Amino acid sequence: MSDPVLSLDGLTVRLPRGADRSHALSDVSLSIASNEILCVVGESGSGKSMMANAIMRLLPNEVEIEDGRMMFDGHDLCTASPAAMREVRGAGIAMIFQEPMTALNPLRTIGDQIGEMFSIHTRLSKVEINARVIALLDDVRIPDSTAAAKAYPHELSGGQRQRAMIAMALALDPKLLIADEPTTALDVTTQAQILRLIRDLQQRRKTAVLFITHDFGVVAEIADRVVVMQHGVIVEQGAADRVLNDPQHAYTRQLISSVPPLKAPPPRSLSGKDVLSIDRVSKTYRTGGFLGRGARVTEAVKGVSLHLPRGATLGIVGESGSGKSTLARCIVRLIDPDAGSILLDGKDWAKLTPDQVRRETRHIQMVFQDPFASLNPRRKAAELVAQGPIVHGVDRAVAIAEAKRLFELVGLDPSAGDRFPHEFSGGQRQRIGLARALALKPDVLVADEPVSALDVSVQAQVLRLLAELRQQLGLSIVFITHDLRVAAQICDLVAVMKDGAVVEQGTTAEVFGNPQHPYTQALLSAIPGGDFTRKRDSALV
Amino acid sequence: MDAVKRYFRSPAAVIGLILLLLVIAMAISASLLYPRDPLALAGRPLVWPFTNPRFLLGTDNSGRDIAAQIFYGARISLLIGGVATLIAILIGILVGAFAGYYGGWIDNVLMRITEAFQTLPNFVLLLVLVAVFGSTLSTVTIAVGVVSWPAPARLTRAEFLSLRNREFVQAGKTLGMRDIRLILGEILPNALPPVIVYASVVMAVAILLESALAFLRLSDPNVASWGNLIGLGRDVLRVQWYVSAIPGIAILVTVLAVSLVGQGLNDALNPRLKSR
Repeated sequence: MSDPVLSLDGLTVRLPRGADRSHALSDVSLSIASNEILCVVGESGSGKSMMANAIMRLLPNEVEIEDGRMMFDGHDLCTASPAAMREVRGAGIAMIFQEPMTALNPLRTIGDQIGEMFSIHTRLSKVEINARVIALLDDVRIPDSTAAAKAYPHELSGGQRQRAMIAMALALDPKLLIADEPTTALDVTTQAQILRLIRDLQQRRKTAVLFITHDFGVVAEIADRVVVMQHGVIVEQGAADRVLNDPQHAYTRQLISSVPPLKAPPPRSLSGKDVLSIDRVSKTYRTGGFLGRGARVTEAVKGVSLHLPRGATLGIVGESGSGKSTLARCIVRLIDPDAGSILLDGKDWAKLTPDQVRRETRHIQMVFQDPFASLNPRRKAAELVAQGPIVHGVDRAVAIAEAKRLFELVGLDPSAGDRFPHEFSGGQRQRIGLARALALKPDVLVADEPVSALDVSVQAQVLRLLAELRQQLGLSIVFITHDLRVAAQICDLVAVMKDGAVVEQGTTAEVFGNPQHPYTQALLSAIPGGDFTRKRDSALV
Repeated sequence: MDAVKRYFRSPAAVIGLILLLLVIAMAISASLLYPRDPLALAGRPLVWPFTNPRFLLGTDNSGRDIAAQIFYGARISLLIGGVATLIAILIGILVGAFAGYYGGWIDNVLMRITEAFQTLPNFVLLLVLVAVFGSTLSTVTIAVGVVSWPAPARLTRAEFLSLRNREFVQAGKTLGMRDIRLILGEILPNALPPVIVYASVVMAVAILLESALAFLRLSDPNVASWGNLIGLGRDVLRVQWYVSAIPGIAILVTVLAVSLVGQGLNDALNPRLKSR
């Protein structure tokens, strides 16, 4: 191994008083050599992003580096002056962020923003800068780099924006690139492309990469070495192969084992009767335009037909913009479909009046994606769960008592009902959301990405809970997700959506084991760390 | 309560609250300290302040006790400020909530009406209302309230626009709640803090509007108000300037108190903005 580009030695970062722990990082020591990718893995709150910010000396005001050294290029970054840090940032250490849309200035063109790197740090002429910008954009393989340089951030797709961010980060040939969850906001196929790009650029330029992620699949795909963090402490580090195949620390083992397998569980026998059948449902959005001119028409859902047998779980998978969430909202009538029928227990749900929907809504309930946004912050947990029955005429005291029982059902402390949503963790909140949906004793549960916002270990718990409840209450579930691993775990049937239409459907084992449509095949092969999991899965059998 | 604790941590907010309580105390004690009609003749006209112990703040051009008028005026100012603010905020929340929640043509119609009110200078509109409906205390109060609602309406609408698509509102919808329950029970409590803070601005402006009306002698002449006193003092401004200056200071202190309290409320209710 060559000399380390960056080495952290006993880095300790103190949090302000009143935080949930005293130190964001305690005694963190690691080093990155040139030409290697070091993955820092951990769940939310493990301090991994705080470490990236500490290296860049971009910590929030109340957070301070208490102890330790960060050696970069022969200097200790802990004691570097602000002026010296400005020299390091961008030119010596560059950073890319999770959400390229918020990291780019929306009012300036991509080329302009990349060119700024040169005008700040070098004395190149305008013409030279322009040439360099185009060369960089070509380097990150943005199609039509001249046009992309003139584009504004909103005119590019998410993947292209992230490519532009990478181009900007690499502009000055930094020795170290810090990537803070750079692919988390991207679709799985785009994610695979960006990972390949980072790998490729790193090998060509011999840059050291500090790659922060929560996803062990990504780690398996890209890492040379791995650092596992928990509560601001490094619990394990070593070569990627070693950590992945022979994890030493219990926490690492737990994280790796909660990465869902890619194989479908053994198929369950399904009832022959459909509880929900969707027939050629369509939804088209029209925006803007005057008297029919210049209007933009988006066909969000195009003639989708699906069947959900009683007691089964139907997974609807697809990337962002595939229309899966619109379909889910059509099913619960948060959105009115334009055409088609939605038969729930023989009643055409698509044709009910808003008033009838309000009365019938107890038969079909929804669980939402974001556990922080889906609970009214001004209501206590028990009240939130009791709301549904109260609306449908149950006495308040009875509903609250029932809510406490539901708390137990979803694995929460029944006495926690008097607390407000912000006093719960993300996983607990999602349990409250589940209890709220179950309070009306629905036949069908529509779950829209219910575990996407959760850490992997919490994800596994919530999925287990869903499977238990399905058994216990005889629920039928429509499960919307972008994550094929999650779908493989819980769904009996899977439908793959692309651009508003279902391209393939069948039992989970069929679709995952023997995908027919090229898009399904592309999705499956794009899953990060797919090879690693498949190897592990076959080893388990 | 965290918000209360945060409020009392700010010295400016505490000073504002003390000043406001002082003004309220003046309003309450007026009839105890000055049992006589404040508009009755009390002595020689234009006595300078601190020259006659009977009239601590002197007398105005018709020989009425200025101190008594200041104390009774506090009642009028607080009454007009409070009631007009209540009217403005209620209309504003109603219009803003419906416009923001329903959107579409309802929003269009309501917002065009709001704009119509906003494009007219509200003092001119106030003059028209008072000219048409007369200048008794109640019409002046209602008129001040009616010209002040567009800003709270826009604020409420903006909050509703961002809140109505939140998942917890959609969750309420899937539970089968009626629109009115969603608006009042789910969205409004979350939309309220900025509106409450803005209410202090409305109150300060309402007090000033009434004073401006009174200065033009268009407010109710049969009550002792600070504005009326300033209006009277206008005739003797160059020599006996204190007749206008004393009620002017009273208005200044009250408006200052109200806006300090409003600022304090803002910091207490939106703690995240404060620490920036």
